[in-house]
Amino acid sequence: MIDQKTVQHIATLARLYVTESEAQEYSRQLSKILGYFEQISQVNTQGVEPLVTPTEIECFWREDVVQKELSAEEIVANAPEKTGHLFTVPPVV
Amino acid sequence: MSSTGNFRGYVAVIGLEIHAQLKTASKMFCGDSTEFEAGDNENTSPVSVGMPGTLPVVNAKAIEYSVKAGLALGCEIRKKSVFSRKNYFYPDLPKGYQISQYDEPLCEHGKVTFHLDGQNHSISITRAHMEEDAGKSIHHGEYTLINYNRSGMPLLEIVSGPDMRTPAEAAEYARTVRKILRYLDVCDGNLEEGSLRCDCNVSVRKSEQDEFGTKVEIKNVNSFRFVEKAIEFEIDRQIDAIERGEKILQETRLWDPDKNRTFAMRTKENAQDYRYFPEPDLLPVIITPEMIEKFRKDLPELPLDRAQRFMAENGLPEYDALVLTAEKEVADYFEATAKVAGNAKAASNWIMTELLRELNQAEKSIAQSPIKPQQLGQMVALIEKGTISGKIGKQVFQEMWQSGKNPEDIIKEKNLVQISDSSAIEKMIDEVLAANTQQVADYRGGRTKLFGFFVGAVMKASKGQANPDMVNKVLLEKLKG
Repeated sequence: MIDQKTVQHIATLARLYVTESEAQEYSRQLSKILGYFEQISQVNTQGVEPLVTPTEIECFWREDVVQKELSAEEIVANAPEKTGHLFTVPPVV
Repeated sequence: MSSTGNFRGYVAVIGLEIHAQLKTASKMFCGDSTEFEAGDNENTSPVSVGMPGTLPVVNAKAIEYSVKAGLALGCEIRKKSVFSRKNYFYPDLPKGYQISQYDEPLCEHGKVTFHLDGQNHSISITRAHMEEDAGKSIHHGEYTLINYNRSGMPLLEIVSGPDMRTPAEAAEYARTVRKILRYLDVCDGNLEEGSLRCDCNVSVRKSEQDEFGTKVEIKNVNSFRFVEKAIEFEIDRQIDAIERGEKILQETRLWDPDKNRTFAMRTKENAQDYRYFPEPDLLPVIITPEMIEKFRKDLPELPLDRAQRFMAENGLPEYDALVLTAEKEVADYFEATAKVAGNAKAASNWIMTELLRELNQAEKSIAQSPIKPQQLGQMVALIEKGTISGKIGKQVFQEMWQSGKNPEDIIKEKNLVQISDSSAIEKMIDEVLAANTQQVADYRGGRTKLFGFFVGAVMKASKGQANPDMVNKVLLEKLKG
């Protein structure tokens, strides 16, 4: 059951603003979705390993080689605000 | 302060989280350089600044280094480990999540052993997992500047069990982990540059009580001395609070080295809700038994094993063995010197007292020593053979330090060979005795303390080159009259 409080909590973690009526609506919708997926928990999974990825293809790792494609100037080129080659963001402390 | 683990009737419980930056050339999931000295955002790419649509690719070397570290820390290596996303919002984390490992870390159930106060201490390693570092925020009040050079640096987070009971034990554990990582050459262990970082978890409880107290995490501790001081302060602070009837809050505190105390960090609401889930952009990390065997073969002899071998094979006292194995390069230097010297203890003495002091004063590493191990070994061998005395040895050592020349050449050039020819020594002694008839008479009259005076005079006459043992022997004979 996803109550309004949980919706507000998730919204806060995701940095979303949700009104009370929205929270009420999402609570109903999300509970429905979650209930639907909870049917899966009825499947007997005894002895079945948790699945992380559906493919068991070999891992691909890269060699430890330095590559440089873009300059610092190019990296910050699209930043809405910058100071020299640093990104400028609103104060965080 | 307590070295026994009893603090005013309380017991402290300490665990450490050590973040070790792996010494790869490129980052964990992309080809950016890991060079420390770089211009702002110089070592970045679309992956490390979190551009949409970019994908991480694992650095094989980071895996190798992590497995090696895990093996050296006595861990089991998981055959299949999984990267997870740790979700939180902060501007230095451009993707909105950190790629880390959660429920299936690469290394688990290890153990680290070290020597402290004449005892072996074993501290369990709960886990060691791979993750990427975040960028760096520079706060300016009105705004914050972000440098992503550090974003995506490969880290191994080594988590100890809550096994430590004193600040000194915690600091020594951290030093030992650093030493092991440096022996493996997988982390440079530079605390000032942040390539090794230490978070300390501390709680206290009444001695007779079984359950743990509430733990507090201390961050921002960037030296082993501060590990000790910060934990010491925190133990006292918590006991004071409990004695006043207050409750300990589970919180993160920052160590302030200038004020010598910890401060509560502003707690972020719901900060611990990281909503971990498996990273869909990366496959599980599969480590085969063949890979583990190959890495295990590459492991060097570890510091404590090496110290024990120095004691058993070379007959060194424990103190010497521990000092010489603190850094791998010093241990290598000692072994090379001792082999040539033929006397391990003498080699150890010269390295510990003379060489390390000179290096320290000159702020040089042992690799930069102007005296090579073969040269020091030859010099010790020359003393052993009696070619030069130990005292002359110090002079030769200084010459070697200044010029980098071989000891034989210095001895020849400066004519420093020890005089062991008995007729030459007798002649010098006769001259000294003839010049000091009054003292000779006094000596023979019972003032035997004057013996030292004669030895000094003969040594002076020989410019320090006479063999002291022979001088003693011949003098004693001649003074009998």
